[in-house]
Amino acid sequence: MLQTIAGILIFLVQLNLSAQNIRVCNDCEIKTLQAGIAYAQPGDTIWIEKGIYKEHEIVINKPLTLIGKDFPVIDGEMIGEIIRIESDSVTIDGLFIKNVGTSYTSDFAAIRIKRSKHFLIQNIKLETLFFGIYLEKSDNGIVRNNYIKGNAKVEYQSGNGIHLWHCKNVQVLNNKIYNVRDGIYFEFVYNSLVQGNVSKHNLRYGLHFMFSNDDEYKGNFFEDNGAGVAVMFSKNIKIENNTFKKNKGAASYGLLLKEINDATILNNIFQENTIGTYLEGCNRITYANNNLLQNGWALKMMGACFENKFIHNNFIGNTFDVSYSGGNTSDNRFDYNYWSEYTGYDLDKDGIGDVPFRPVKLFSYITTKVPESIILIRSSFVDLVNFSEKVSPVFTPEHVFDSFPSMNKF
Amino acid sequence: MIDFKNISKKFGKLQVLEQVDLTVDKPGIYAILGPNGSGKTTLIKCLLGMTIPTSGHIFVDGQQTKGKWKFRSQISYLPQIANFPKNMTANELLRLIKNLRNQPSNEHSLIEVFGLRPYLDKKMGTLSGGTKQKVNLVLALMTDNPIVILDEPTSGLDPLALIELKKLIKIEKTKGKTILITSHIMSLVEELSDEIVFLLEGKIHFRGTVDALKSTTQTKNFDEAIAQILKTSHV
Amino acid sequence: MFKIFKYSLSDLLRSSWSYFYLSFYLLLGFGLLFFNPDVSKSVITLMNVIVVFSSLIAVVFGIMYYYNSREFIELLLAQPIKRSDIFIGQYMAVSVSLSLSLLLGVGIPFLVYGVADADLIKKFLVLMAAGVFLNFIFVAVAYNIALYHENRIKGFSYAILFWLFMTLIYDGLFLVSLMTFKEYPLEKASLVATLFNPIDLSRILILLQLDISALMGYTGAIFKSFFGTTFGFLIAVSCLSLWVIVPVSNLRRKGNKKDF
Repeated sequence: MLQTIAGILIFLVQLNLSAQNIRVCNDCEIKTLQAGIAYAQPGDTIWIEKGIYKEHEIVINKPLTLIGKDFPVIDGEMIGEIIRIESDSVTIDGLFIKNVGTSYTSDFAAIRIKRSKHFLIQNIKLETLFFGIYLEKSDNGIVRNNYIKGNAKVEYQSGNGIHLWHCKNVQVLNNKIYNVRDGIYFEFVYNSLVQGNVSKHNLRYGLHFMFSNDDEYKGNFFEDNGAGVAVMFSKNIKIENNTFKKNKGAASYGLLLKEINDATILNNIFQENTIGTYLEGCNRITYANNNLLQNGWALKMMGACFENKFIHNNFIGNTFDVSYSGGNTSDNRFDYNYWSEYTGYDLDKDGIGDVPFRPVKLFSYITTKVPESIILIRSSFVDLVNFSEKVSPVFTPEHVFDSFPSMNKF
Repeated sequence: MIDFKNISKKFGKLQVLEQVDLTVDKPGIYAILGPNGSGKTTLIKCLLGMTIPTSGHIFVDGQQTKGKWKFRSQISYLPQIANFPKNMTANELLRLIKNLRNQPSNEHSLIEVFGLRPYLDKKMGTLSGGTKQKVNLVLALMTDNPIVILDEPTSGLDPLALIELKKLIKIEKTKGKTILITSHIMSLVEELSDEIVFLLEGKIHFRGTVDALKSTTQTKNFDEAIAQILKTSHV
Repeated sequence: MFKIFKYSLSDLLRSSWSYFYLSFYLLLGFGLLFFNPDVSKSVITLMNVIVVFSSLIAVVFGIMYYYNSREFIELLLAQPIKRSDIFIGQYMAVSVSLSLSLLLGVGIPFLVYGVADADLIKKFLVLMAAGVFLNFIFVAVAYNIALYHENRIKGFSYAILFWLFMTLIYDGLFLVSLMTFKEYPLEKASLVATLFNPIDLSRILILLQLDISALMGYTGAIFKSFFGTTFGFLIAVSCLSLWVIVPVSNLRRKGNKKDF
């Protein structure tokens, strides 16, 4: 037993000792990445000097570490895929990759990781791309500190920044993604962490994930994406400390939740979105300590939402705080939220308003019937209509109210 | 000097002036008389351009007045009712009119004459009717203009001020001015006026001297003469 | 015109009314900023007050000022001044003094409070611009009403009615007709209907600052180009300007014709 352990240790040490450093540069012996990879032994490190390398279809099929010095440029010349990883334990660090080929039939990527484990992709700069970093059936890796800037104009001619499909235990950390189709895309991704990323000005979604359970999304920043962030058909997810900002348009959402069960959504900021958070078919969501600021509709709940809890949120300066329709039952709870629209009083000074707050306005109901009437928001007449409805609700759901509206912001 | 040509004025259905022709080509004092509602004030206001005639033309110094405003610098005007912005003091009002007219003026002597000095820095709203009328007189008479129009100049004045006013009017006359006066005080009219223009139902019923009026009505007394006109016109 | 303007303005600036009005705004401004934890909420309250209240004050004060200065106007009419200059000069003085009360009354608290957020400053400026527009519009309308009606009670009632119509009745009819004809395309009609009401126009100016997120939720292309670009802002501002220009030029016309 001891012998075997010792044997493994010795083997590891030898492996480490035998690992070589290979230099690639424009006037080195080895002038291309492909030549370097072909020459390298598993576990070797390839150092790529500053320069321009016009290569594509670079396949890494053994455990290697590729490190760029001062961001050497890998120019794919718009032909096709640039780097494909088909081995475990590959690290790529510090490259500037550009000109990924565009195709209607294959999803060409700047870096594709295919059926591999223990990868590390970091400090990569990507420009003029189709797909950026594409993970396919790969687990236990890290994608971090990358900078991806696309020039997506139309959806069918553009790809996603960081795309994961059938992956487990992946960490996507501190990447910056601009102007692609979907900033970060998850499909069938489990037990993964998305943290500290910035995703802005993307054509479709800042973050788009489906059928992905037990994932965490923390401290990301999503701004001005065509359709915002969409989260669908997933369970047990945590969305915390993110910012969803300025996603404006008829089909644009700060955060769209569809068929989501058992999620916690905490400490996020939803600011200046047409719809702050949209829920459809969502159950047992804990939605707490979020800031909803200056959205058109802070919360929009459509059909079949059960047992959701909205607690300790700040609703400030939204045109409509809550819009509520379809077959929602009365077991969704709004408690202890701060509503800037609240005009009640607190005579016993316990910080809780003495009269419940009804966040659904009649006018919000009218605008769903006659969308053009939106032009009358904040008209005195509309205020009057809202006021009379507040006094005696006829059209707005009677069971939607906050019994303990907070007098102060959290 | 002043020429009303065929002036008619209707307020709605009410005919206030009907084809009035009046030429005043010599300097002197002209009294415009007539019962209430006979169109005296309207005629004066037409001259000033405050009221716009329904038809007809008015000439001042041979110039048509319609739509013009510079001719008003030739005219001193004392309006009938002396109501002023309550917040302004007499001094401010004086300064305003001086500023607007931009002519040399002798308000100081007039202020002395009417004993207005103590009131100059009081707000107009706090002054009595008589004092207001004195301010009104100062405003109208402080600038030296060839045409002077006084609409009920005596209203609210105490006897002392009335005497001063008469003096002033006589002085103005000696300067060769054309002075139009409306008044209900017949003694004043009789004493001052060179000619009388008697308006009745919007038309000029009589024009001539006081003596001519007396002789046509065959009365000795001016008051009676006026009464006579009114009587005969209703027959 | 400038002389009349100067004199009327100095007259107005010394009236206790102006100070009362100014102190109302000061109280409101300080109250909102210092006793309200949320500045953007104050902007919304301020919007309601400015749109509803300052237009009411403008129309009432405008008509009052005209009626109260009637004799003064007569005095001026006998002076060598252009007739229309008297009305325009007074009109300008009333509008400017009301606007000054608004700008100082709300502006001083904002300066004292030291609002530094550029976005908030922009909202504030748009609010002030809307308020100033409403002052100039409603005083102009008041002067028009006053010129046509010698009877003070009548003129006063028409002025209040005009205000009530623009703040409440118009939008009520507007909403009811939108709901009645909801099967038809209403996008263009509803935009056009907005242009005929100065209160709605200034509301739109402010909405573009406060509620643009909600406005962008509407799918129609015309709304989108109206609200999504500076186009809407420019249209609203030019229609507000028309709302000043048309009554003022009628004021000039009527002022030249009216009998005193």
